[in-house]
Amino acid sequence: MSDDAPLTTSKNAQVRQDSAEDLIGIESADLIGRTVTINRPRAELYAYWRDFEQLPTFMDNVERIDCLSKTRSHWVVKAPAGAMVEWDAEIIEESDGELIAWRSAEGADVPNSGRVEFRDAGDRGTIVTATIAYDPPAGTLGKLIAKLFQREPAIQARRDLRRFKQLMETGEIATAAWTMAQLDEEKA
Amino acid sequence: MRALTWHGKHDVRVDTVDDPEILNPRDAIIKITSTAICGSDLHLYDGYIPTMQAGDILGHEFMGEVVETGPKSTLKKGQRVVVPFTIACGSCYHCGKHQYSACDNGNPADNQDIGQEMYGQPMSGLFGYSHLTGGYAGGQAEYVRVPFSDVGPIVIPDGLDDDDVLFLSDILPTGWQAAENADIEPGDTVAVWGCGPVGLFAVQSAFLMGAARVIAIDHFPHRLELAKRFGAETINFEESKTYEALMEMTGGIGPDAVIDAVGLEAHGFFVDNVIDQIKASLFLGTDRTHSIRQAIHACRKGGRVSMPAVYGGFVDKFPLGAFMEKGLTLKTGQTSVQHYMPALLNAIVEGKIDTTFLISHRLPLEQAPEGYKMFHDSQNDVTKIVLKPGLDRVAR
Ligand SMILES: NC(=O)c1ccc[n+]([C@@H]2O[C@H](COP(=O)([O-])OP(=O)(O)OC[C@H]3O[C@@H](n4cnc5c(N)ncnc54)[C@H](O)[C@@H]3O)[C@@H](O)[C@H]2O)c1
Ligand SMILES: [Zn+2]
Ligand SMILES: [Zn+2]
Repeated sequence: MSDDAPLTTSKNAQVRQDSAEDLIGIESADLIGRTVTINRPRAELYAYWRDFEQLPTFMDNVERIDCLSKTRSHWVVKAPAGAMVEWDAEIIEESDGELIAWRSAEGADVPNSGRVEFRDAGDRGTIVTATIAYDPPAGTLGKLIAKLFQREPAIQARRDLRRFKQLMETGEIATAAWTMAQLDEEKA
Repeated sequence: MRALTWHGKHDVRVDTVDDPEILNPRDAIIKITSTAICGSDLHLYDGYIPTMQAGDILGHEFMGEVVETGPKSTLKKGQRVVVPFTIACGSCYHCGKHQYSACDNGNPADNQDIGQEMYGQPMSGLFGYSHLTGGYAGGQAEYVRVPFSDVGPIVIPDGLDDDDVLFLSDILPTGWQAAENADIEPGDTVAVWGCGPVGLFAVQSAFLMGAARVIAIDHFPHRLELAKRFGAETINFEESKTYEALMEMTGGIGPDAVIDAVGLEAHGFFVDNVIDQIKASLFLGTDRTHSIRQAIHACRKGGRVSMPAVYGGFVDKFPLGAFMEKGLTLKTGQTSVQHYMPALLNAIVEGKIDTTFLISHRLPLEQAPEGYKMFHDSQNDVTKIVLKPGLDRVAR
């Protein structure tokens, strides 16, 4: 690399794949990354994220996360046509107030890995960078799931981070609905 | 409740729809007492704004009474409030800098995609103005849900009529910001293109900021007459050559600052290759940027250009050369309404700014479709229509 741009912005797909492979150890994986600046203290953002059971509040595709231990969690994620995919994830790296990285356990339908970093941004708050590596699966169920994950995972990640920002900065997630019924429909 | 809904080009109807509910902690529900039709609404009426959906409730200039509050709202039931058309959170970086129209959080996350693709970064949400700006239900209705009600709406003291303060919601702050963006110095001559509500408030504001002369440009005699009432000199562009007249009227120098309050004129809000569907519904060849080109051409060397007028996409034949060679400065943007409301409310209370002169018609909400047609067909006489949900039917 001859510049300082993040690997996730590389024009070269091989560079992104190699970097994803480093993260989850699978050759065909893809890598996406998104950064957002949130006008709240680093420790507060870290603490919210570290409590995985809270993540579905802003991650639209994630139905539920159960914490099995301090480092192991069980994820239930919405797939198209009302189906659900599930896997266990293990925290593989963690540094208080700075970094959380996790990876799906052996045998997951969609091997994936996530990493979120928190850096001070002076009077602008905290820079939050989420990097996700995932391996689109094969097979029939696999294809269904792939549809979910390949439906612009980058866009999904960007939307989730925007919701995280809204929740942290304003205490709520913006909606244009005007009745409870519309809001429920939006969330379904 | 009853609400004015959009169904397509020149097709707006008053329908019965569900009442709004409190959905987020900072929400409030407002019972509308007055709501205006804006020049910007005509762009929706003419079908030029993409991302509209049948059934969308219009209206972004409104006020009323607080009837319900969420647990984090600071409003109290029974208070009268004017609501800014920009939906801003008050707690992000941009809100902290009072750049409310650039709020990071007012627009729902999924809706921000379009703005991100079109403009590089998404802007705030707006009431009743397409899904590009959030898809929020507007205030041409009996009730409206107002998000972030602890930072947006301004409480109106007793003794002021709706008509006095309604325009704090948009066009008065917009005219004021337009003049402020012109960085007026005492003794300046300021030229204003367009004598609609925005232009007329820009004329008043420019004088209050120390302009010695304001020259107002339009082709509707009645609107020019209103500008004259506030002390402006006028140019009717159908009768006189605008550039030549401006040069002669300023001793061959050109105006020190120019304000474009005309805008897309229902013919130019276009989006470049973002979503093909959107693109197909637009008229790429008909953008009318005449006023901004003319303003830049006439502006004196080293002068200031202020552009409250709305443009949506890309523009051809922009006089970049004149702009660069003359060393001009351009300031623009959707209005950061929340920033200006308190001071402008004071100015109204102190009688420094006249707002009611603008209202030419008052109609019940039920007659809103008639109002749109009138406003669309006869801009000379119809300067501003205010809809009042409770009003008795008006014969015309
Ligand atoms: N920046 C903001 O936040 C903001 C807020 C409100 C409105 N706006 C925009 O401001 C603009 C003006 O709003 P308005 O409600 O006063 O609109 P309006 O349609 O009532 O007024 C525009 C006026 O411009 C005149 N005009 C047309 N072509 C002209 C030309 N070539 N030269 C001079 N005058 C010409 C028209 O005759 C009309 O009187 C619109 O583009 C509107 O969308 C911006
Ligand atoms: Zn308006
Ligand atoms: Zn904000």
